[in-house]
Amino acid sequence: MKRIIFSEIDGRSTGFRGLAAVLGGFFLIGLAAVLYVEHAGHYVTGGSNQVVWGLPDVFAMFLIVSASGVLNVAIISSVFRKTPYRPLERLSCLLAIAMLLGGLMILVLDLGRPDRVIVAMLNRNFKSVFAWNFYLYTGFIAVVVLYLWMQMERRMNRFILAAGLLAFAWRIALTTGSGSIYGVLVAREAYSAIMGPMFVAMSFSFGLAVYILVLLAACKGIDREIGAVLLRRLGRLLGIFIVAVLYFATVQHLVNLYAAEHSGVERFILLDGGIYTLLFWGGQVIIGGLVPLALIFISSRGGAPLSGRTVALASVMVIVGAFSQLYVLIIGGQVYPLPLFPGMEVSSSFYDGVINTYTPSLPELALGLGGVALAGLVVLFGMKLLRFMPATLANARTNT
Amino acid sequence: MSGKMKHTGIAAEFNPARRKFLGAIAGVASVTLAPGVILYGITRSGDARARKPGTAASPDVRWGLLIDVNHCDSGCDKCVSACVEENGLQGHGRPATDPQWIRKVKIHDPDTGLSQSLPVMCQHCAEPPCVDVCPTGASFKRADGIVLVDRHRCIGCRYCMMACPYKARSFVHEEIEDQKTYAPRGKGTVEACTLCIHRVDSDRLPACVEACNDAGGGAMLFGDLKDPNSEIARRVARYASQQIRGDLGLDPGVRYRNLST
Amino acid sequence: MSLRRIFIVLVAVFMAWVVPGEAQTVPEKKIGNNSVLLPAIPRGQGDHCVADADFMRRNHMTMLMHQRDETVRQGIRGKPFSLKECVACHAVEGPDAMPVTVASPQHFCRACHDYAAVSIDCFQCHASRPDVVTDAGGQGGVVRGAARE
Ligand code: HEC
Ligand code: HEC
Ligand code: HEC
Repeated sequence: MKRIIFSEIDGRSTGFRGLAAVLGGFFLIGLAAVLYVEHAGHYVTGGSNQVVWGLPDVFAMFLIVSASGVLNVAIISSVFRKTPYRPLERLSCLLAIAMLLGGLMILVLDLGRPDRVIVAMLNRNFKSVFAWNFYLYTGFIAVVVLYLWMQMERRMNRFILAAGLLAFAWRIALTTGSGSIYGVLVAREAYSAIMGPMFVAMSFSFGLAVYILVLLAACKGIDREIGAVLLRRLGRLLGIFIVAVLYFATVQHLVNLYAAEHSGVERFILLDGGIYTLLFWGGQVIIGGLVPLALIFISSRGGAPLSGRTVALASVMVIVGAFSQLYVLIIGGQVYPLPLFPGMEVSSSFYDGVINTYTPSLPELALGLGGVALAGLVVLFGMKLLRFMPATLANARTNT
Repeated sequence: MSGKMKHTGIAAEFNPARRKFLGAIAGVASVTLAPGVILYGITRSGDARARKPGTAASPDVRWGLLIDVNHCDSGCDKCVSACVEENGLQGHGRPATDPQWIRKVKIHDPDTGLSQSLPVMCQHCAEPPCVDVCPTGASFKRADGIVLVDRHRCIGCRYCMMACPYKARSFVHEEIEDQKTYAPRGKGTVEACTLCIHRVDSDRLPACVEACNDAGGGAMLFGDLKDPNSEIARRVARYASQQIRGDLGLDPGVRYRNLST
Repeated sequence: MSLRRIFIVLVAVFMAWVVPGEAQTVPEKKIGNNSVLLPAIPRGQGDHCVADADFMRRNHMTMLMHQRDETVRQGIRGKPFSLKECVACHAVEGPDAMPVTVASPQHFCRACHDYAAVSIDCFQCHASRPDVVTDAGGQGGVVRGAARE
């Protein structure tokens, strides 16, 4: 097999500096928002006693789910032996670590008492899905670092397959675990056991979309070209993943509709839930599903090449769909009232029986973007410090 | 009503010598500490069971409530205001984020037209989902069945609030001042009905139950479900009662009588 | 952070050296300003603390944490190292003849914590002074009425 040459990126260009400055700015604004919320109390956020997880959790889940998804690119290469993806392995691992860190940062800083993370480390309840996720997340970083090492150190190359398998198993567990955070909530009618597997499908799709965008941007920024063949492969793979997500979403809602006692929440999401219905059909299904799907498969019919612009557009749409889907799932699932007395009309001073409201606040948005910015910074400086980027992605090499 | 007599007043004082004295006489049923501190009627399970200072809550006890919905007046919220007063829950005038440990819920059956009103608080499940999901073990069930948040361990992740089918828990969204010495609470942690654990541990009734009795409602009965001789155990054995969302299999320690669902 | 820790440890060791001898003989002296090295620690009510004063100085944190877990998780009450009782017995009167809260630098717990640069979060939740309401309403509660049914 031909050797692929990797190199650091220069990091002295104005583009690099500009991007670093912007990301750094967002990161700092995010931290400032945290200080503000921790000082004033969470009442300044959109959250309440009825909607306890808000926009930061949407961002965190997006980053964490995508983190394991971006790793697929490396795994496809080293476990499933698809050599065209070989040059993309390292970036894939770097992105995975970066996004997971960004997501974790948001999760921790959105706590009521982030100063008590030590307490959380000393006391662990092993029945809690959250506690498992703590291991899954930190373990993920360790596993991916190991995997990267196997890739970057020539003497270790022979262990790539083993490390890749471990990483693959781990990332499946991680996304299943993340989905199960919601899946285990028996009383919330919007959620069911399908959340685990559905999150796995979501991670494939969201992660690849993120990967494609970062790859295109990085190649553009440092003047490296991507071969048409590789681009077409990536685009069509994204299409397949989009189908998988749509499939799970269909099953999720059809099965829930079938249970008569859950028809209320389904009606809410699918028909008369206002913004949630709009986000579901408009954001998740149409923009995040059908349109990019059509775009990819129609443009690439009969072996036609996919342009970078088409694939990028499809990826952006998938990400818009991802945020819509997570918003509907996490917030829509809480806004719909819990059924204490099924079949009864219920009212109280504590919002029983009414559709709750949630309006995201600026500090929550800032925290979410701060997490994304952290991920971006890690990627940027990672590429500068270590050899993550292949010297070329032109067809000749990637076709071997 | 058993008509038992019970003296449970403990003067508020901080003199440890006096406290020791009180501790020594805790088992004695007929000491009047102050004029008028005599309780007729509903009392705790049995006098002999009053826990001695320095001993742990016992797994042989399961504290519970029996709420008779027929005796609960829809216009009355004495239990709620007593809870607010007792635990220092005065809010900040922001209903969406102010905590509520107990609330009155009105239910109306569209099929029959029947309307009812009942208090809902932490149901103190035998299989509490909040305890299962809590990552740090801050949510826990005490040996005597009371489900609590150990606020020294709570990191404010709010997963328990996601898991609770009863919306029983509140997150403290703002700084709190002037807490009661016996009911600490603070920003950034999750809290809920403790069955007035500070009262229960000194052999007194939860504030809501007491207020309901005071108001003449008599809709709330507190006691030990595991003690076959307690009033509450006798009543649940005698009359049909039900648990809210009993279908979930969580076995709440709070039961309702004459609930039409 | 680490610098602060080192500093705290140094101060604690230092106090363990200096304070006890003085305290055992003439405890009141602590309040006086005869030593620049010592903070003015207000004296608790009564004759004794819940344990030897020297022991308290060194170990109150451990004892508090231990009892805290026992009380909260197991329901063990009435043991000596109760935070509620420290606050009650060590209440310091302010200018308005009311016990001061921890907002005041005169508060017992702050007297040496400020000096030793220790910061504790306990009083975010715990009342830092005894309940202002007494017997009638606050504590003796159960009893006011009778259950009529
Ligand atoms: C987030 C709120 C919170 C914070 C912060 C907090 N506590 Fe508590 N604490 C509680 C609650 C609630 C109880 C339970 C009270 C009860 O059951 O009587 C409690 C009980 C206790 C008890 C047993 C009751 C008593 O008064 O003796 C001790 C001791 C205690 N805490 C010590 C501490 C110490 C020491 C700190 C600081 C390091 C602290 N707590 C910080 C909420 C808090
Ligand atoms: C019965 C009243 C009482 C209670 C309750 C009490 N103390 Fe004390 N405390 C005192 C007295 C009196 C002294 C001074 C004793 C002496 O100097 O020998 C003292 C001394 C101390 C000292 C040493 C102060 C110095 O001058 O260096 C510390 C520290 C202390 N107490 C902490 C606590 C803590 C922590 C608690 C709660 C667990 C507590 N005390 C509960 C009465 C009390
Ligand atoms: C005699 C001086 C003194 C007094 C009075 C005092 N403390 Fe301390 N306290 C200290 C010192 C010194 C430390 C630091 C010990 C260490 O970190 O090793 C400390 C540490 C603590 C800690 C542990 C803090 C941490 O983060 O590790 C708690 C809790 C605490 N004190 C509670 C109290 C309370 C409550 C009172 C009032 C009732 C009080 N203390 C009064 C000297 C004092």
